Amino acid sequence: MIRFEQVAKRYPGGREALSELSMSMEKGEMAFLTGHSGAGKSTLLKLIALIERPTRGQVIINGQNTNGVSRRKIPAYRRQIGIVFQDHKLLYDRTVMDNVGLPLVVQGIGHREVGRRVRAALDQVGLLGKEKLFPVALSTGEQQRVGIARAVVSKPDLLIADEPTGNLDPDLSLEIMSLFQRFNDVGVTLLIASHDLALVERLGKRRIILESGRLKQGSQPGGFHR
Amino acid sequence: MNRRRSVRKDTQPRAPRRKPTGSGLRLPGLIKAYFTRHAQNLFSALGRMVRQPVGSLLTVTVIGIALCLPVALHLLVVNGKAITSSWDSAVDLTAYLKTGQSGDAVQKLAAKLRQRSDISNVDVIPADKALEEFRELSGFGEALDALTSNPIPDVLVIRPTEENLSAASVKLLADELAAWKEIDLVQVDTAWVERFHALLNILRRAVTLAAGLLAVGVVVIVGNTIRLDIQNRKNEIEVCKLIGASDAFIRRPFLYSGFWYGLGGAFIALLVVNGTLLLLQKPIRQVAGLYGSNFELMGLDPAFTLLILAGGSGLGWLGSWLAATRHMRLIEPGKDS
Ligand SMILES: Nc1ncnc2c1ncn2[C@@H]1O[C@H](COP(=O)(O)OP(=O)(O)OP(=O)(O)O)[C@@H](O)[C@H]1O
Ligand SMILES: [Mg+2]
Repeated sequence: MIRFEQVAKRYPGGREALSELSMSMEKGEMAFLTGHSGAGKSTLLKLIALIERPTRGQVIINGQNTNGVSRRKIPAYRRQIGIVFQDHKLLYDRTVMDNVGLPLVVQGIGHREVGRRVRAALDQVGLLGKEKLFPVALSTGEQQRVGIARAVVSKPDLLIADEPTGNLDPDLSLEIMSLFQRFNDVGVTLLIASHDLALVERLGKRRIILESGRLKQGSQPGGFHR
Repeated sequence: MNRRRSVRKDTQPRAPRRKPTGSGLRLPGLIKAYFTRHAQNLFSALGRMVRQPVGSLLTVTVIGIALCLPVALHLLVVNGKAITSSWDSAVDLTAYLKTGQSGDAVQKLAAKLRQRSDISNVDVIPADKALEEFRELSGFGEALDALTSNPIPDVLVIRPTEENLSAASVKLLADELAAWKEIDLVQVDTAWVERFHALLNILRRAVTLAAGLLAVGVVVIVGNTIRLDIQNRKNEIEVCKLIGASDAFIRRPFLYSGFWYGLGGAFIALLVVNGTLLLLQKPIRQVAGLYGSNFELMGLDPAFTLLILAGGSGLGWLGSWLAATRHMRLIEPGKDS
């Protein structure tokens, strides 16, 4: 599902954020991306979402080499990936319904179908009945769940999340993580960047540990099967 | 969490059984969805403008003023043409005869001219009478007494018939008469009419030029408004890009905003011009009445009104397309986060 081959990323005017990184994830796998601040976790996820391009090497997602995805093809490419952000990135002038439905509207899916699928997604994150509310009327944990509902509403095969629990207390964090776990149970591939080592430990999933842009000795580089 | 339900099962149990819609991407559905989406965009763009009444009104007014000028100039040309068509009928030819001809000969010549089918009337101003008048009016009496002979020629004032009033046929007649042996010189009083026509032509060209310049102006005004609009909605655009929105999708609402701005501007221009016409109608009728004319100020015809509305909204669309296409590019997720 995800394969990094000798990937390096250097930001303009900076040192290398990622260096000679190789790793892979199977379809249906769930893994945590950890490492110290500045280790390159966000950078790795940005390469998957094509927010950034690799300086060297290849990133292959779902059998598709991202180097071959032109600017015009990025929208279609991103539609197969669900992205969850630490700061939710919700639109605060739109209702929960409109926020969650946006990925479907973008694909030109009809109004009624959007409503049906949004309610299904909200049901999955436990927010059914809140579709008419605006995000400000929700707690931080609820807002994050709206963000997750938006990421899964179009049923992507791959879900990536950058510090999805970064702003949440431990109970809420666990709740969000078990939500991710349930998506994984039905076959979604998940890669989650997290600082929260204790929580990651507790969930007992595969860990990909970065250290200064390289894979840390001892973390599994790939080919790992559950 | 105990409110857990089966993940990924998305038909609600309480939803009435319906034929599965699949992804909803069958062709008629797609076409319907396409139009629904455009209609939604059209009105949500209008809604956004209404929610920011001051800014929107400002933009629309500036566009309206910009469009006013070419519309007003156009009306000036149209009415100018109408005026000259009524003036053309006042064209006379003045023929100065060679001196030394008897009064009889002059009268005969006049009679001969009157017989022509292309001439409706001939007035004779005999040299003696002209000299008399001149003596009285000029106050050069003494000096004129010193002259041994009358320096003023006999004059015929010739009015062509209604059908022969065009500049070309008047000139033809003048040339023909000038060749006659009794006639010294023929003067056509169309010079000022021609000058007026030339002026109108310049004005018409000015209209085209002004229209072109102001069209560019409208594109720039709308483009600038849309640019600010895009900057204000940077976040939204970024999020849309992250979830796979195409450029066309992101651009669409801005295109509709541009369309409304242009249409609103055209509407205001028409309102201002028609209002001004209404105010001018009465005083102009009075002035025309003083000159014995029944000239009526001509308003905008429906075709031109439509042209302005279509042109305004089209320019708005173009301006927003240019601005949106350019500035959307600059907003990319990750470029500043
Ligand atoms: N847009 C950018 N321009 C320049 N340098 C950047 C940019 N983004 C990240 N970096 C640098 O790249 C390195 C890796 O950053 P990255 O954000 O991937 O780390 P991280 O592991 O996500 O850290 P954190 O846990 O603090 O979020 C850092 O040294 C950072 O300073
Ligand atoms: Mg980070």
